[in-house]
Amino acid sequence: MKIAVCVKYVPDATGDRHFEDDKTVDRVGVDGLLSELDEYAVEQALQIKEKAENPDDVEVTALCVGPEKAVDAVRKALQMGADKGVHVVDDAIAGSDAIATSLVLAKAVEKDSYDLVMCGMASTDGSMSVVPAMLAERLSLPQLTLASKVETQGDQVRIQRDGDVATEVVGGTMPMVISVTDQSGEARYPSFKGIMAAKKKPLETLSLSDLGVDAGDVGLSVAWTSVEDTTARPPREAGEIVKDEDGTGAKALAEFLASRKFI
Amino acid sequence: MSEILVVVDHAEGVVKKPTYEMLTLAARIGDPSAVFIGPKDKGAEVADAVKKYGAGKVYVVDDEALKGYLVAPKAEALQQLVEKTSPGAVLIASSAEGKEIAGRLAIKTDSGLITDAVDVEEGPVTTQSVFAGNYTVKAKVTKGTPIITVKPNSAAPVEAAGAGEVEEVAVTISDAAKGAQIVNSQPRKATGRPELTEAAIVVSGGRGTGGKFEPVEDLADALGAAVGASRAAVDSGWKPHSYQIGQTGKTVSPQLYIAAGISGAIQHRAGMQTSKTIVAVNKDDEAPIFELVDFGVVGDLHTVLPAVTEEVKQRKG
Repeated sequence: MKIAVCVKYVPDATGDRHFEDDKTVDRVGVDGLLSELDEYAVEQALQIKEKAENPDDVEVTALCVGPEKAVDAVRKALQMGADKGVHVVDDAIAGSDAIATSLVLAKAVEKDSYDLVMCGMASTDGSMSVVPAMLAERLSLPQLTLASKVETQGDQVRIQRDGDVATEVVGGTMPMVISVTDQSGEARYPSFKGIMAAKKKPLETLSLSDLGVDAGDVGLSVAWTSVEDTTARPPREAGEIVKDEDGTGAKALAEFLASRKFI
Repeated sequence: MSEILVVVDHAEGVVKKPTYEMLTLAARIGDPSAVFIGPKDKGAEVADAVKKYGAGKVYVVDDEALKGYLVAPKAEALQQLVEKTSPGAVLIASSAEGKEIAGRLAIKTDSGLITDAVDVEEGPVTTQSVFAGNYTVKAKVTKGTPIITVKPNSAAPVEAAGAGEVEEVAVTISDAAKGAQIVNSQPRKATGRPELTEAAIVVSGGRGTGGKFEPVEDLADALGAAVGASRAAVDSGWKPHSYQIGQTGKTVSPQLYIAAGISGAIQHRAGMQTSKTIVAVNKDDEAPIFELVDFGVVGDLHTVLPAVTEEVKQRKG
């Protein structure tokens, strides 16, 4: 069985995230890392491998589309235990929206025959949460998305999906696209052994022409959406902070709520 | 003006508030029509509800295949409706499923997609709040039919009389769309409280509750608020994931947000930073949540919250 895990390189959420002059996300000037939410997808892929009757028959490939630095995201996945990495890097990709990103990912998936394509529930930067669905659409595959639990048996997959109105069990037959939530189980930290082993694992770098993608179909200039304007939120004005002493805090808070007409 | 399709957000035919908000936004950019994907026999009821908010037409789409499978059949049905009506835009509620339907629909119709809009103006130009609420982005779709998912509380619903003309639409669902079958569905128990993403007031609890949520829930009930939780509280098993506010849970933007025993990590801020008024109660005076607040109390939530609840009850009489 072959599993592809899509991993995204994102600006660190605890860093100073901002936009560049062309209104795209600055992905180079800010420290980046493997999107935390994709770690859960790597983890679930590794668990499927480890639970398999013969784990050596299951190959987990970390697949990334992003600038040169994004190779760090692939490396992290390899350190966690993925078997090989594929990094699609091409200057023409910069500024791509989810539509174009899903196109490049789909072409990279089609290059090999994967049984499962696994994704995180969203990225921690754009957080649109649509690439798994778009990928499934482009590949004409079923999607078993937003899984809090994943179970496989042969080519059958069942997931649990915790929706707003119901918890559903959804089933399907491979090949398919799966996305997992942060409820699916804590992602492992790379061990020292894993970090050393990762250095010897195959890591393939592909360009758009390797995938047969026309550079004119991706990137900022052909994005199907355009950003007109980005504005930093003005800092909140410092609020009033009181120390609770013998019940004074509750009284002050009630006063505040009343002054704002909440009670 | 062009027709704007608004996909009705509903639970078993009961129309939810975001639908009216989207109809109000749709009226700004064109002529709103409602699309009801659900049981045919509820069509008239839904039409009665949505025509009060300006829906000219109400397309009713009912097909056996729309119930038992995840996402893909609904996207196919909408594609057929988009081809039939050539609308100026499609508005869909920004729920987990709504965004996935929108993602598939965008690819199917060669159209640009904008998710999590908090406002839609003429153009249509959308407003989004990004990077944990630190930036506001204005954007528009430049190709195909603008597909826009809209967050709850994005507009105050404005009543406007519409014709509410019902039209049943037959759709064809391919076998390819039936690859993800819903095997079992366990409805969530109703709490009797307002829905988290739609509530005007949210009271949420975190690690500081120590698992004791009564003070949080009692205050919420006194204020008529929804109850939320931080990831720490959900990870500890104190509340189900449907309560979680933050990057991997829900994003709320209520009039009043009260955080009790929540330190305010960036992941939590991502889910509540755009709330109009923010209040925090926390024992730690250095908790980052205090950087955001309009009013903060440094103190133990287990004594402060019950006392506030009493005050609220007295004042409300």
